Amino acid sequence: MSTAFKVSTIAEMMANGESPDILFWVGCSGSFDDRAKKITKAVAKILHHCNVKFAVLGAEESCTGDPAKRAGNEFTFQMQAMMNIQVLDAYAVKKIVTACPHCFNTLKNEYPELGGNYEVIHHTQLIQDLINQGKLGLEGSQTYKGKKITFHDPCYLGRANDVYEAPRVLIEKLDAELIEMKRCKTTGLCCGAGGAQMFKEAEKGNKEINVERTEDALETNASIIATGCPFCNTMMTDGVKNFNKEQDIQVLDIAELIANAADL
Amino acid sequence: MSIIIFSILFCVGFYFFSKNILQVRTNILLGKDIDRIDNASERWKTMALVALGQKKMFTRPIPALLHLCLYAAFVITQIELIEIFTDGFTNSHRFFHSFLGGFYTFMISFIEILSVLALVGTVAFLSRRNLLKLPRLNMKELSGWPKKDANLILIMEIVLVTFIFTMNGADEAILKDQGGSYRFVLSSFISPLIFEGMNLHTLHIFEQIGWWGHLVMVFTFLNYLPYSKHLHILLAFPNTYYSNLDKKGKFTNLSSVTEEVKKMMDPTIDPFAATENEGEIPPRFGAKDVTDLTWKNLLDAYTCTECGRCTSSCPANQTGKLLSPRKIIMDTRDRLVELGEGIRKNGKEYTDGKSLLGDYITEEEIWACTSCNACVQECPVNIDPLSIIVDLRRYLVMEESKMPTELTGMLTNIENNGAPWQFSPADRGNWINE
Repeated sequence: MSTAFKVSTIAEMMANGESPDILFWVGCSGSFDDRAKKITKAVAKILHHCNVKFAVLGAEESCTGDPAKRAGNEFTFQMQAMMNIQVLDAYAVKKIVTACPHCFNTLKNEYPELGGNYEVIHHTQLIQDLINQGKLGLEGSQTYKGKKITFHDPCYLGRANDVYEAPRVLIEKLDAELIEMKRCKTTGLCCGAGGAQMFKEAEKGNKEINVERTEDALETNASIIATGCPFCNTMMTDGVKNFNKEQDIQVLDIAELIANAADL
Repeated sequence: MSIIIFSILFCVGFYFFSKNILQVRTNILLGKDIDRIDNASERWKTMALVALGQKKMFTRPIPALLHLCLYAAFVITQIELIEIFTDGFTNSHRFFHSFLGGFYTFMISFIEILSVLALVGTVAFLSRRNLLKLPRLNMKELSGWPKKDANLILIMEIVLVTFIFTMNGADEAILKDQGGSYRFVLSSFISPLIFEGMNLHTLHIFEQIGWWGHLVMVFTFLNYLPYSKHLHILLAFPNTYYSNLDKKGKFTNLSSVTEEVKKMMDPTIDPFAATENEGEIPPRFGAKDVTDLTWKNLLDAYTCTECGRCTSSCPANQTGKLLSPRKIIMDTRDRLVELGEGIRKNGKEYTDGKSLLGDYITEEEIWACTSCNACVQECPVNIDPLSIIVDLRRYLVMEESKMPTELTGMLTNIENNGAPWQFSPADRGNWINE
């Protein structure tokens, strides 16, 4: 199912003499991972619905370098960063939204020292703004009314950047019941994917981290585990499968919850 | 005579303390420079909240309250110590009593109440370590000296409080003999129970045991500090002042790499041209030993009191992996002490063929980290184990090309096709039409 509207690349938009108000940085996961692509589409639908003039980089986007930096390869990271900064500056990009907390953190905190200065926000912050501006209404939506939802804090959104409220405000807008896990916000437990762990086997231990975290989520008896990171989404989905609960519990991104509730 | 003994004790006590503290400072300055002097107002605020106000302790209320008892008693007892020093130098007895009057009674009573609370805290802490055997206080990195160190400090605290009450109790009994009372809230009550019926001479001996005992304990404690995890009572202040004020997700930028990358990306630069620093040994990328770390990392290491909040919140540690952020910090300190000692004895160029990575910390430990920042968040004195882990990874990857094989693949993918997986960059926009 393709998007019912046109998503322009920034090159196409500029060719028409226009420029976007905001660049949607899709990220590698959002571009290539089949599950994460659904999150990407949900974000795009919300932006389109709210008449946000946005564009993507398309084939000109490249990894921010986050996994290379976390793995200790500063060379690969800085090569990626400088190439991306050249592209972003060539298009005079000022503002970026991304649905990946890892891209968010890297673009926002680590690009400035290499000369890339942009206003970078996470998609949950942008959606909160859109609702506050009255561009997106969820009043009367029955989709998640009264449903028990728990929110898993992505480390690179929460502890790394102190964004705890935006996703929670959005869950409350769904008229759903937000149930916190025993470890949440500053004490939230990692899903196990950060620091380049997503791309390697875990070291020898007695348990997988995502299983430990899924137990926290199961304890809440929530029917939906919400998150705001494609990697957390993968880890929590695997965790739920580990307990054979995939029939009872959904793992969804905040953007998907909002898009579904707004019937987009 | 007693003035002479006191003065000798005073001078020797402070001489060795200063000498050891300067040694700690010299060791810390073996680290590389890092700019942590900007934004002074924010730094003072952080220190006031985190060190003085113990803000981060209170995420765990029970140990926080117990710790507060000890902390408050320790700080307030220093007032009594000032009097002890004054009495020692002037050969007087309770120098402040005559001109502070009622306030003196209040002050000493306050100290007595705090001392009892501290005693309760100390006993509770000893039980948590030795009877209840709390997991985070009984992990394998604590076996041997660290465990003894912790118990020794707590026992010293009990001895100190005992001396305080011996002194105050005997003093009350002496004054009672003359028909008076200091009206100290606890010792005026305890004194008759213990010292009733003793003659004046014996009471004076007890008073002197209390006074000298207190003094000797203070100097023992002071000189024990530089060898102990208990150094946190002093270093918590500078360590929080020099905290990282950036977002926790921001990793440091390696400027040496930036220079190289800029050259690679600049087509106008002649790759074969001689550079200005020809013949100079380029700095090591990342950290192999403690001297590759920053002085703040090394200050962190000396500040750690091994409470283990970091390790108990670490996802890798909780799932049975080898990594323990506390061990990373303890290893850094132990290696620094070892290397610092060698340098002190053999001069600046000293090497012993050992290094932090390899001899203390294994590769398996540092690869288990998810960089989730839980350890950094938890530390009550703003220690950052993650930055050490990252610097060790940087050394392994950039200097030795050693990393888990899957990561080699991931890095190759990023370099070749701009994504950690093997997908063509041309397919990035495919989701739009799928």
